Amino acid sequence: MLRDITLGQYYRADSVIHRLDPRVKIVATFAFIISLFIVKNFIGYLIAGLFLAVCIRLSQVPPRFIFRGMKTIFFLLIITMVFNLFLTAGEPIFTFWKFQITKEGIKLAAMMGIRLVFLITGSSLMTLTTTPNNLTDGLESLLGPLKKVRVPVHEISMMMSIALRFIPILMEETDKIMKAQMARGADFESGSIINRAKNLVPLLVPLFISAFRRANDLAMAMEARCYRGGEGRTKMKPLIYKKRDFIAYLVIVLYLVLIVVMGRILFR
Amino acid sequence: MSIIVNHVNYIYEEDTAMAHPALIDINLQIPEGQFIGLIGHTGSGKSTLIQHLNGLIKPTSGEIFYNNQDINEPGYNKKVLRSQVGLVFQYPEHQLFETDCFKDVCFGPKNMGLPKKEVELRAYTALKQVGFEDEYFYQSPFDLSGGQKRRVAIAGVLAMKPEVLILDEPTAGLDPKGREDILRLISDLHAKMRITVILVSHSMEDVADYVDRIIVMNKGRVAFDAPPKEVFAHYRELEEMELAAPQVTYCMQDLAAAGFDVDTSVTTLEEAKKEILKAFGKC
Repeated sequence: MLRDITLGQYYRADSVIHRLDPRVKIVATFAFIISLFIVKNFIGYLIAGLFLAVCIRLSQVPPRFIFRGMKTIFFLLIITMVFNLFLTAGEPIFTFWKFQITKEGIKLAAMMGIRLVFLITGSSLMTLTTTPNNLTDGLESLLGPLKKVRVPVHEISMMMSIALRFIPILMEETDKIMKAQMARGADFESGSIINRAKNLVPLLVPLFISAFRRANDLAMAMEARCYRGGEGRTKMKPLIYKKRDFIAYLVIVLYLVLIVVMGRILFR
Repeated sequence: MSIIVNHVNYIYEEDTAMAHPALIDINLQIPEGQFIGLIGHTGSGKSTLIQHLNGLIKPTSGEIFYNNQDINEPGYNKKVLRSQVGLVFQYPEHQLFETDCFKDVCFGPKNMGLPKKEVELRAYTALKQVGFEDEYFYQSPFDLSGGQKRRVAIAGVLAMKPEVLILDEPTAGLDPKGREDILRLISDLHAKMRITVILVSHSMEDVADYVDRIIVMNKGRVAFDAPPKEVFAHYRELEEMELAAPQVTYCMQDLAAAGFDVDTSVTTLEEAKKEILKAFGKC
Protein backbone atom coordinates (compact mmCIF):
# COMPACT_ATOMS: atom_id res chain seq x y z
CA MET A 1 0.00 0.00 0.00
CA LEU A 2 2.77 2.40 0.90
CA ARG A 3 5.05 1.27 -1.86
CA ASP A 4 2.96 3.17 -4.37
CA ILE A 5 4.62 6.42 -3.32
CA THR A 6 7.81 7.05 -5.23
CA LEU A 7 10.02 9.97 -4.38
CA GLY A 8 13.08 9.39 -6.46
CA GLN A 9 11.31 9.16 -9.81
CA TYR A 10 14.23 8.17 -11.99
CA TYR A 11 13.23 6.64 -15.30
CA ARG A 12 15.82 4.16 -16.53
CA ALA A 13 16.85 4.66 -20.13
CA ASP A 14 20.03 5.15 -22.11
CA SER A 15 19.59 8.45 -23.89
CA VAL A 16 21.82 11.44 -24.61
CA ILE A 17 20.09 13.35 -21.82
CA HIS A 18 20.63 10.50 -19.37
CA ARG A 19 24.33 10.34 -20.20
CA LEU A 20 24.90 14.04 -19.71
CA ASP A 21 26.92 15.11 -16.71
CA PRO A 22 24.55 15.90 -13.81
CA ARG A 23 26.15 19.34 -13.46
CA VAL A 24 25.13 20.17 -17.03
CA LYS A 25 21.58 19.11 -16.30
CA ILE A 26 21.37 21.15 -13.10
CA VAL A 27 22.78 24.24 -14.82
CA ALA A 28 20.50 23.70 -17.81
CA THR A 29 17.45 23.40 -15.59
CA PHE A 30 18.36 26.62 -13.80
CA ALA A 31 18.99 28.40 -17.09
CA PHE A 32 15.67 27.16 -18.38
CA ILE A 33 13.81 28.35 -15.29
CA ILE A 34 15.49 31.77 -15.47
CA SER A 35 14.64 32.01 -19.17
CA LEU A 36 10.98 31.42 -18.29
CA PHE A 37 11.04 34.52 -16.12
CA ILE A 38 12.88 36.66 -18.65
CA VAL A 39 10.40 35.87 -21.38
CA LYS A 40 7.51 38.29 -21.65
CA ASN A 41 5.90 37.30 -24.94
CA PHE A 42 4.42 34.25 -26.58
CA ILE A 43 7.18 33.87 -29.17
CA GLY A 44 9.58 33.38 -26.24
CA TYR A 45 7.36 30.71 -24.76
CA LEU A 46 7.18 29.05 -28.13
CA ILE A 47 10.97 28.82 -28.23
CA ALA A 48 11.09 27.55 -24.64
CA GLY A 49 8.39 25.00 -25.43
CA LEU A 50 10.23 23.78 -28.51
CA PHE A 51 13.47 23.51 -26.58
CA LEU A 52 11.70 21.49 -23.89
CA ALA A 53 9.94 19.27 -26.42
CA VAL A 54 13.23 18.45 -28.14
CA CYS A 55 14.83 17.62 -24.79
CA ILE A 56 11.93 15.35 -23.83
CA ARG A 57 12.13 13.66 -27.19
CA LEU A 58 15.86 13.10 -26.80
CA SER A 59 15.45 11.76 -23.26
CA GLN A 60 13.27 8.84 -24.41
CA VAL A 61 11.10 9.30 -21.32
CA PRO A 62 7.46 8.57 -22.21
CA PRO A 63 5.50 11.86 -21.95
CA ARG A 64 2.97 10.34 -19.54
CA PHE A 65 5.76 10.03 -16.94
CA ILE A 66 6.55 13.69 -17.34
CA PHE A 67 2.96 14.81 -17.06
CA ARG A 68 2.37 12.62 -14.03
CA GLY A 69 4.20 15.29 -11.99
CA MET A 70 1.59 17.75 -13.18
CA LYS A 71 -1.11 16.12 -11.08
CA THR A 72 0.47 17.31 -7.86
CA ILE A 73 0.48 20.96 -8.94
CA PHE A 74 -2.89 20.87 -10.61
CA PHE A 75 -4.65 22.84 -7.86
CA LEU A 76 -1.84 25.34 -7.56
CA LEU A 77 -2.08 25.85 -11.30
CA ILE A 78 -5.84 26.37 -11.23
CA ILE A 79 -5.67 28.77 -8.27
CA THR A 80 -2.88 30.83 -9.87
CA MET A 81 -4.73 31.08 -13.12
CA VAL A 82 -8.07 31.99 -11.51
CA PHE A 83 -6.49 34.71 -9.37
CA ASN A 84 -4.65 36.22 -12.30
CA LEU A 85 -7.74 36.02 -14.43
CA PHE A 86 -9.97 37.93 -12.02
CA LEU A 87 -7.66 40.18 -10.10
CA THR A 88 -5.70 41.88 -12.86
CA ALA A 89 -6.68 45.48 -13.47
CA GLY A 90 -7.05 46.68 -17.05
CA GLU A 91 -9.42 46.85 -19.93
CA PRO A 92 -12.57 44.88 -18.94
CA ILE A 93 -13.95 42.36 -21.39
CA PHE A 94 -16.50 40.58 -19.32
CA THR A 95 -18.14 41.70 -16.05
CA PHE A 96 -20.09 39.50 -13.72
CA TRP A 97 -21.38 40.88 -10.38
CA LYS A 98 -18.19 42.06 -8.63
CA PHE A 99 -15.84 40.11 -10.84
CA GLN A 100 -14.43 41.26 -14.08
CA ILE A 101 -12.18 39.63 -16.57
CA THR A 102 -9.76 41.91 -18.31
CA LYS A 103 -7.70 41.51 -21.44
CA GLU A 104 -4.53 41.82 -19.38
CA GLY A 105 -5.94 39.22 -16.97
CA ILE A 106 -6.38 36.63 -19.68
CA LYS A 107 -2.90 37.26 -20.99
CA LEU A 108 -1.32 37.08 -17.55
CA ALA A 109 -3.25 33.95 -16.58
CA ALA A 110 -2.18 32.19 -19.75
CA MET A 111 1.44 33.23 -19.23
CA MET A 112 1.42 32.12 -15.61
CA GLY A 113 -0.12 28.81 -16.58
CA ILE A 114 2.44 28.14 -19.29
CA ARG A 115 5.26 29.27 -17.03
CA LEU A 116 4.23 26.89 -14.23
CA VAL A 117 3.70 23.94 -16.56
CA PHE A 118 7.09 24.49 -18.23
CA LEU A 119 8.78 24.94 -14.87
CA ILE A 120 7.49 21.64 -13.51
CA THR A 121 8.07 19.79 -16.77
CA GLY A 122 11.63 21.08 -16.99
CA SER A 123 12.55 20.09 -13.47
CA SER A 124 10.76 16.73 -13.76
CA LEU A 125 12.84 16.04 -16.83
CA MET A 126 15.96 16.56 -14.76
CA THR A 127 14.88 14.25 -11.92
CA LEU A 128 13.56 11.66 -14.38
CA THR A 129 16.85 11.42 -16.22
CA THR A 130 19.30 11.70 -13.32
CA THR A 131 19.68 9.21 -10.49
CA PRO A 132 19.36 10.80 -7.05
CA ASN A 133 22.97 9.91 -6.34
CA ASN A 134 24.20 11.60 -9.48
CA LEU A 135 22.12 14.61 -8.64
CA THR A 136 23.71 15.04 -5.22
CA ASP A 137 27.15 14.45 -6.73
CA GLY A 138 26.47 17.18 -9.25
CA LEU A 139 25.22 19.55 -6.58
CA GLU A 140 28.25 18.89 -4.43
CA SER A 141 30.56 19.70 -7.29
CA LEU A 142 28.63 22.83 -8.31
CA LEU A 143 28.48 24.11 -4.74
CA GLY A 144 32.18 23.34 -4.29
CA PRO A 145 33.26 27.00 -4.27
CA LEU A 146 31.11 27.55 -1.16
CA LYS A 147 33.61 25.44 0.79
CA LYS A 148 35.81 28.52 0.80
CA VAL A 149 33.27 30.26 2.99
CA ARG A 150 33.08 27.22 5.28
CA VAL A 151 29.82 25.78 4.05
CA PRO A 152 30.05 22.00 4.68
CA VAL A 153 29.13 21.14 1.10
CA HIS A 154 30.40 17.57 1.18
CA GLU A 155 28.60 16.80 4.43
CA ILE A 156 25.34 18.24 3.13
CA SER A 157 25.47 16.23 -0.06
CA MET A 158 26.45 13.09 1.85
CA MET A 159 23.45 13.55 4.12
CA MET A 160 21.23 14.10 1.12
CA SER A 161 22.35 10.93 -0.62
CA ILE A 162 22.01 8.89 2.57
CA ALA A 163 18.52 10.27 3.13
CA LEU A 164 17.55 9.39 -0.43
CA ARG A 165 19.04 5.93 -0.06
CA PHE A 166 16.99 5.28 3.06
CA ILE A 167 13.60 6.31 1.74
CA PRO A 168 12.74 2.95 0.17
CA ILE A 169 14.11 1.06 3.19
CA LEU A 170 11.99 3.04 5.61
CA MET A 171 8.98 2.63 3.33
CA GLU A 172 9.35 -1.10 3.45
CA GLU A 173 9.85 -1.00 7.20
CA THR A 174 6.68 1.07 7.64
CA ASP A 175 4.74 -1.44 5.60
CA LYS A 176 6.06 -4.30 7.71
CA ILE A 177 5.40 -2.68 11.09
CA MET A 178 1.97 -1.59 9.96
CA LYS A 179 1.10 -5.16 9.05
CA ALA A 180 2.54 -6.50 12.29
CA GLN A 181 0.43 -4.10 14.34
CA MET A 182 -2.62 -4.83 12.22
CA ALA A 183 -2.08 -8.50 13.06
CA ARG A 184 -2.42 -7.43 16.69
CA GLY A 185 -5.69 -5.67 15.95
CA ALA A 186 -4.42 -2.14 15.34
CA ASP A 187 -6.62 0.00 13.14
CA PHE A 188 -5.04 2.70 10.97
CA GLU A 189 -7.95 3.43 8.71
CA SER A 190 -11.00 4.40 10.75
CA GLY A 191 -11.92 6.69 13.66
CA SER A 192 -11.76 10.41 14.28
CA ILE A 193 -8.65 12.42 13.41
CA ILE A 194 -7.49 12.48 17.03
CA ASN A 195 -7.97 8.74 17.37
CA ARG A 196 -6.16 8.11 14.14
CA ALA A 197 -3.24 10.21 15.30
CA LYS A 198 -3.18 8.23 18.55
CA ASN A 199 -3.30 4.99 16.64
CA LEU A 200 -0.13 5.98 14.82
CA VAL A 201 1.95 5.68 18.01
CA PRO A 202 2.41 1.91 17.64
CA LEU A 203 3.68 2.57 14.12
CA LEU A 204 5.86 5.61 14.73
CA VAL A 205 7.70 4.44 17.84
CA PRO A 206 9.08 1.26 16.26
CA LEU A 207 9.81 3.17 13.06
CA PHE A 208 11.85 5.81 14.86
CA ILE A 209 13.69 3.18 16.84
CA SER A 210 14.57 1.31 13.69
CA ALA A 211 15.66 4.53 11.96
CA PHE A 212 17.98 5.33 14.86
CA ARG A 213 19.31 1.79 14.90
CA ARG A 214 20.02 1.93 11.19
CA ALA A 215 21.66 5.34 11.50
CA ASN A 216 23.83 4.01 14.28
CA ASP A 217 24.84 0.92 12.30
CA LEU A 218 25.62 2.99 9.24
CA ALA A 219 27.71 5.44 11.23
CA MET A 220 29.64 2.52 12.69
CA ALA A 221 30.15 0.96 9.27
CA MET A 222 31.40 4.26 7.84
CA GLU A 223 33.72 4.74 10.78
CA ALA A 224 35.04 1.20 10.30
CA ARG A 225 35.95 2.12 6.74
CA CYS A 226 37.77 5.20 7.94
CA TYR A 227 35.31 7.77 6.66
CA ARG A 228 36.37 11.17 7.92
CA GLY A 229 34.54 13.70 5.79
CA GLY A 230 35.22 15.11 2.38
CA GLU A 231 38.82 16.29 2.86
CA GLY A 232 41.02 14.49 0.35
CA ARG A 233 38.31 11.97 -0.49
CA THR A 234 38.28 10.60 -4.03
CA LYS A 235 35.31 9.24 -5.88
CA MET A 236 34.76 5.89 -7.52
CA LYS A 237 33.01 7.60 -10.42
CA PRO A 238 34.38 11.13 -10.58
CA LEU A 239 32.44 13.62 -12.63
CA ILE A 240 34.41 14.41 -15.76
CA TYR A 241 33.13 16.64 -18.55
CA LYS A 242 33.02 14.98 -21.94
CA LYS A 243 32.61 16.44 -25.40
CA ARG A 244 28.81 16.12 -25.31
CA ASP A 245 28.72 18.10 -22.07
CA PHE A 246 30.50 21.05 -23.67
CA ILE A 247 28.14 20.84 -26.60
CA ALA A 248 25.23 20.87 -24.17
CA TYR A 249 26.61 23.96 -22.45
CA LEU A 250 26.92 25.63 -25.85
CA VAL A 251 23.32 24.74 -26.65
CA ILE A 252 22.17 26.24 -23.35
CA VAL A 253 24.07 29.48 -24.02
CA LEU A 254 22.66 29.66 -27.54
CA TYR A 255 19.18 29.07 -26.18
CA LEU A 256 19.56 31.87 -23.62
CA VAL A 257 20.91 34.26 -26.22
CA LEU A 258 18.05 33.42 -28.55
CA ILE A 259 15.46 34.03 -25.83
CA VAL A 260 16.98 37.38 -24.83
CA VAL A 261 17.48 38.53 -28.41
CA MET A 262 13.94 37.61 -29.41
CA GLY A 263 12.63 39.58 -26.45
CA ARG A 264 14.69 42.62 -27.47
CA ILE A 265 13.81 42.53 -31.14
CA LEU A 266 10.10 42.33 -30.56
CA PHE A 267 9.95 44.92 -27.80
CA ARG A 268 12.21 47.62 -29.07
CA MET B 1 -12.17 -25.20 12.97
CA SER B 2 -9.77 -25.21 10.08
CA ILE B 3 -8.24 -23.20 7.32
CA ILE B 4 -8.83 -24.08 3.70
CA VAL B 5 -6.83 -22.42 0.96
CA ASN B 6 -8.52 -22.89 -2.38
CA HIS B 7 -6.73 -22.19 -5.68
CA VAL B 8 -5.05 -19.07 -4.38
CA ASN B 9 -2.93 -16.99 -6.75
CA TYR B 10 -1.17 -13.81 -5.84
CA ILE B 11 0.61 -11.43 -8.18
CA TYR B 12 2.94 -8.81 -6.77
CA GLU B 13 2.68 -5.26 -8.10
CA GLU B 14 -0.12 -6.18 -10.45
CA ASP B 15 -0.69 -3.79 -13.36
CA THR B 16 2.90 -2.58 -13.36
CA ALA B 17 5.96 -3.57 -15.34
CA MET B 18 7.31 -5.26 -12.19
CA ALA B 19 4.39 -7.72 -11.90
CA HIS B 20 5.47 -11.23 -10.99
CA PRO B 21 3.56 -14.12 -9.45
CA ALA B 22 4.32 -14.78 -5.78
CA LEU B 23 1.82 -17.59 -5.27
CA ILE B 24 0.61 -19.98 -7.96
CA ASP B 25 -2.45 -22.13 -7.42
CA ILE B 26 -2.04 -22.91 -3.74
CA ASN B 27 -4.39 -25.54 -2.29
CA LEU B 28 -4.08 -26.47 1.36
CA GLN B 29 -6.15 -27.83 4.19
CA ILE B 30 -5.05 -27.07 7.68
CA PRO B 31 -7.09 -28.98 10.25
CA GLU B 32 -7.31 -28.00 13.89
CA GLY B 33 -4.49 -28.87 16.24
CA GLN B 34 -1.78 -29.69 13.72
CA PHE B 35 1.81 -28.58 14.09
CA ILE B 36 2.97 -27.64 10.63
CA GLY B 37 6.35 -26.62 9.31
CA LEU B 38 6.24 -24.31 6.29
CA ILE B 39 9.59 -24.46 4.56
CA GLY B 40 10.95 -22.67 1.57
CA HIS B 41 13.95 -20.84 0.23
CA THR B 42 13.98 -17.03 0.45
CA GLY B 43 11.47 -15.69 -2.06
CA SER B 44 9.53 -18.94 -2.33
CA GLY B 45 6.33 -17.21 -1.26
CA LYS B 46 6.02 -18.56 2.29
CA SER B 47 5.76 -15.15 3.96
CA THR B 48 3.24 -14.04 1.36
CA LEU B 49 1.18 -17.15 1.97
CA ILE B 50 0.92 -16.70 5.72
CA GLN B 51 -0.14 -13.07 5.34
CA HIS B 52 -3.08 -14.35 3.30
CA LEU B 53 -4.18 -16.56 6.16
CA ASN B 54 -5.15 -13.67 8.43
CA GLY B 55 -6.35 -11.36 5.72
CA LEU B 56 -3.42 -8.93 5.56
CA ILE B 57 -3.07 -9.64 1.86
CA LYS B 58 -5.96 -10.33 -0.42
CA PRO B 59 -5.39 -13.04 -3.03
CA THR B 60 -5.47 -11.99 -6.67
CA SER B 61 -7.73 -14.97 -7.27
CA GLY B 62 -8.98 -17.90 -5.20
CA GLU B 63 -10.48 -18.11 -1.72
CA ILE B 64 -9.39 -18.67 1.83
CA PHE B 65 -11.87 -20.15 4.26
CA TYR B 66 -11.59 -19.98 8.01
CA ASN B 67 -14.17 -22.06 9.87
CA ASN B 68 -16.08 -22.46 6.63
CA GLN B 69 -16.34 -18.73 5.98
CA ASP B 70 -14.67 -16.90 3.12
CA ILE B 71 -12.44 -14.34 4.86
CA ASN B 72 -12.37 -11.97 1.90
CA GLU B 73 -16.13 -11.74 1.61
CA PRO B 74 -17.27 -8.14 2.16
CA GLY B 75 -18.52 -7.71 5.71
CA TYR B 76 -16.32 -10.44 7.18
CA ASN B 77 -14.82 -9.13 10.42
CA LYS B 78 -11.08 -9.19 9.83
CA LYS B 79 -10.30 -7.82 13.27
CA VAL B 80 -11.84 -10.90 14.88
CA LEU B 81 -10.07 -13.10 12.34
CA ARG B 82 -6.71 -11.57 13.24
CA SER B 83 -7.23 -12.32 16.91
CA GLN B 84 -8.08 -15.93 16.08
CA VAL B 85 -5.31 -16.44 13.55
CA GLY B 86 -2.37 -14.92 15.41
CA LEU B 87 0.59 -14.00 13.23
CA VAL B 88 4.04 -13.38 14.70
CA PHE B 89 6.14 -11.63 12.09
CA GLN B 90 9.81 -12.08 11.44
CA TYR B 91 11.88 -10.15 13.98
CA PRO B 92 8.73 -9.42 16.01
CA GLU B 93 10.75 -7.49 18.59
CA HIS B 94 10.91 -4.63 16.08
CA GLN B 95 7.22 -3.94 16.61
CA LEU B 96 7.44 -3.35 20.38
CA PHE B 97 6.54 0.23 21.22
CA GLU B 98 5.20 0.61 24.75
CA THR B 99 7.06 1.92 27.78
CA ASP B 100 6.99 -1.44 29.53
CA CYS B 101 6.62 -5.07 28.48
CA PHE B 102 3.31 -5.62 30.24
CA LYS B 103 1.63 -2.71 28.47
CA ASP B 104 2.95 -3.89 25.15
CA VAL B 105 1.42 -7.33 25.59
CA CYS B 106 -1.87 -5.63 26.54
CA PHE B 107 -2.03 -3.97 23.10
CA GLY B 108 -3.55 -6.95 21.29
CA PRO B 109 -6.32 -7.84 23.76
CA LYS B 110 -7.05 -4.12 24.27
CA ASN B 111 -7.70 -3.77 20.55
CA MET B 112 -10.18 -6.62 20.83
CA GLY B 113 -12.27 -4.36 23.07
CA LEU B 114 -12.06 -6.57 26.15
CA PRO B 115 -12.61 -5.15 29.67
CA LYS B 116 -9.46 -3.94 31.43
CA LYS B 117 -9.31 -6.80 33.92
CA GLU B 118 -9.57 -9.41 31.21
CA VAL B 119 -6.87 -7.61 29.18
CA GLU B 120 -4.47 -7.61 32.09
CA LEU B 121 -5.23 -11.19 33.03
CA ARG B 122 -4.54 -12.29 29.48
CA ALA B 123 -1.32 -10.29 29.30
CA TYR B 124 -0.16 -11.82 32.57
CA THR B 125 -1.02 -15.37 31.46
CA ALA B 126 0.64 -14.88 28.08
CA LEU B 127 3.86 -13.55 29.61
CA LYS B 128 3.87 -16.52 32.00
CA GLN B 129 3.26 -18.91 29.11
CA VAL B 130 6.36 -17.71 27.31
CA GLY B 131 8.37 -18.12 30.50
CA PHE B 132 8.94 -14.43 31.13
CA GLU B 133 10.16 -13.53 34.60
CA ASP B 134 7.91 -11.35 36.80
CA GLU B 135 10.74 -8.99 37.65
CA TYR B 136 11.01 -7.80 34.04
CA PHE B 137 7.29 -7.13 33.57
CA TYR B 138 7.59 -3.38 34.07
CA GLN B 139 10.91 -2.89 32.36
CA SER B 140 11.22 -1.12 29.05
CA PRO B 141 11.23 -3.76 26.31
CA PHE B 142 14.21 -2.02 24.76
CA ASP B 143 16.46 -2.90 27.68
CA LEU B 144 16.00 -6.64 27.22
CA SER B 145 18.12 -9.17 25.35
CA GLY B 146 17.10 -10.30 21.86
CA GLY B 147 15.65 -13.59 23.05
CA GLN B 148 13.64 -11.93 25.83
CA LYS B 149 12.28 -9.26 23.48
CA ARG B 150 11.14 -11.98 21.15
CA ARG B 151 9.32 -13.72 24.00
CA VAL B 152 7.49 -10.50 24.81
CA ALA B 153 6.51 -10.10 21.16
CA ILE B 154 5.22 -13.66 20.96
CA ALA B 155 3.29 -13.10 24.21
CA GLY B 156 1.75 -10.03 22.56
CA VAL B 157 0.11 -12.31 20.00
CA LEU B 158 -0.65 -15.13 22.45
CA ALA B 159 -2.56 -12.72 24.68
CA MET B 160 -5.26 -12.57 22.03
CA LYS B 161 -5.79 -16.33 22.64
CA PRO B 162 -5.51 -17.31 18.98
CA GLU B 163 -6.76 -20.66 17.76
CA VAL B 164 -4.09 -20.73 15.09
CA LEU B 165 -0.60 -19.41 15.77
CA ILE B 166 1.62 -18.61 12.81
CA LEU B 167 5.27 -17.76 13.41
CA ASP B 168 7.48 -16.40 10.63
CA GLU B 169 11.07 -17.51 11.25
CA PRO B 170 10.82 -17.18 15.01
CA THR B 171 14.44 -18.26 15.49
CA ALA B 172 16.07 -15.90 12.99
CA GLY B 173 19.02 -14.05 14.46
CA LEU B 174 19.08 -15.91 17.78
CA ASP B 175 22.02 -17.82 19.21
CA PRO B 176 21.81 -21.66 19.38
CA LYS B 177 20.45 -21.67 22.91
CA GLY B 178 17.91 -18.97 22.10
CA ARG B 179 16.78 -20.97 19.08
CA GLU B 180 16.30 -24.11 21.07
CA ASP B 181 14.44 -22.24 23.82
CA ILE B 182 12.01 -20.62 21.42
CA LEU B 183 11.37 -23.85 19.51
CA ARG B 184 10.77 -25.77 22.71
CA LEU B 185 8.46 -23.00 23.89
CA ILE B 186 6.41 -23.20 20.71
CA SER B 187 6.25 -26.97 20.90
CA ASP B 188 5.07 -26.71 24.54
CA LEU B 189 2.40 -24.19 23.60
CA HIS B 190 1.15 -26.54 20.94
CA ALA B 191 1.05 -29.48 23.32
CA LYS B 192 -0.56 -27.66 26.24
CA MET B 193 -2.97 -25.30 24.55
CA ARG B 194 -3.91 -27.59 21.66
CA ILE B 195 -3.70 -24.77 19.15
CA THR B 196 -2.77 -25.13 15.52
CA VAL B 197 0.78 -23.96 14.94
CA ILE B 198 2.35 -23.05 11.62
CA LEU B 199 6.08 -22.59 11.90
CA VAL B 200 7.74 -20.87 8.96
CA SER B 201 11.41 -21.53 8.49
CA HIS B 202 14.03 -22.13 5.86
CA SER B 203 15.82 -24.62 8.02
CA MET B 204 14.69 -28.23 8.05
CA GLU B 205 16.82 -28.80 11.09
CA ASP B 206 14.66 -26.38 13.07
CA VAL B 207 11.38 -28.07 12.35
CA ALA B 208 12.28 -31.74 11.91
CA ASP B 209 12.11 -32.53 15.62
CA TYR B 210 8.76 -30.95 16.29
CA VAL B 211 6.26 -30.88 13.47
CA ASP B 212 3.68 -33.44 12.27
CA ARG B 213 3.58 -32.17 8.74
CA ILE B 214 5.87 -30.24 6.43
CA ILE B 215 4.75 -28.04 3.57
CA VAL B 216 7.59 -27.20 1.20
CA MET B 217 7.19 -24.12 -0.97
CA ASN B 218 9.21 -23.57 -4.11
CA LYS B 219 8.87 -20.62 -6.52
CA GLY B 220 5.34 -19.84 -5.39
CA ARG B 221 4.06 -23.41 -5.53
CA VAL B 222 3.60 -26.14 -2.96
CA ALA B 223 6.31 -28.67 -3.77
CA PHE B 224 5.68 -31.20 -1.01
CA ASP B 225 3.03 -31.55 1.64
CA ALA B 226 3.58 -34.63 3.79
CA PRO B 227 4.88 -35.86 7.16
CA PRO B 228 8.59 -35.12 7.74
CA LYS B 229 9.81 -38.64 6.98
CA GLU B 230 8.23 -38.62 3.54
CA VAL B 231 9.44 -35.13 2.73
CA PHE B 232 13.03 -35.89 3.73
CA ALA B 233 13.03 -38.98 1.53
CA HIS B 234 13.08 -36.47 -1.34
CA TYR B 235 16.30 -34.96 -0.09
CA ARG B 236 17.81 -34.78 -3.57
CA GLU B 237 14.91 -32.69 -4.86
CA LEU B 238 15.07 -30.51 -1.75
CA GLU B 239 18.67 -29.69 -2.60
CA GLU B 240 17.60 -28.51 -6.02
CA MET B 241 15.28 -26.05 -4.26
CA GLU B 242 18.28 -24.78 -2.33
CA LEU B 243 16.98 -26.46 0.80
CA ALA B 244 18.59 -29.29 2.66
CA ALA B 245 17.33 -32.25 4.62
CA PRO B 246 18.50 -32.50 8.24
CA GLN B 247 22.04 -33.72 8.67
CA VAL B 248 20.66 -36.88 10.26
CA THR B 249 19.11 -37.82 6.91
CA TYR B 250 22.45 -37.45 5.12
CA CYS B 251 24.24 -39.42 7.80
CA MET B 252 21.77 -42.30 7.62
CA GLN B 253 21.77 -42.32 3.81
CA ASP B 254 25.57 -42.55 3.78
CA LEU B 255 25.56 -45.31 6.37
CA ALA B 256 23.02 -47.26 4.34
CA ALA B 257 25.10 -46.73 1.20
CA ALA B 258 28.16 -48.06 3.05
CA GLY B 259 26.30 -51.28 3.72
CA PHE B 260 24.96 -50.77 7.21
CA ASP B 261 21.47 -51.96 7.92
CA VAL B 262 19.86 -48.71 9.10
CA ASP B 263 16.46 -47.12 8.62
CA THR B 264 17.06 -44.06 6.42
CA SER B 265 13.72 -42.44 7.23
CA VAL B 266 14.59 -41.36 10.78
CA THR B 267 14.52 -37.63 11.30
CA THR B 268 15.52 -36.85 14.85
CA LEU B 269 18.88 -37.20 16.50
CA GLU B 270 17.48 -39.53 19.15
CA GLU B 271 16.05 -41.97 16.59
CA ALA B 272 19.26 -41.86 14.59
CA LYS B 273 21.30 -42.72 17.68
CA LYS B 274 19.16 -45.81 18.31
CA GLU B 275 19.41 -46.94 14.70
CA ILE B 276 23.18 -46.57 14.62
CA LEU B 277 23.65 -48.41 17.91
CA LYS B 278 21.39 -51.17 16.65
CA ALA B 279 23.36 -51.45 13.41
CA PHE B 280 26.71 -51.55 15.21
CA GLY B 281 25.41 -54.02 17.78
CA LYS B 282 24.74 -56.43 14.96
CA CYS B 283 28.14 -55.97 13.37
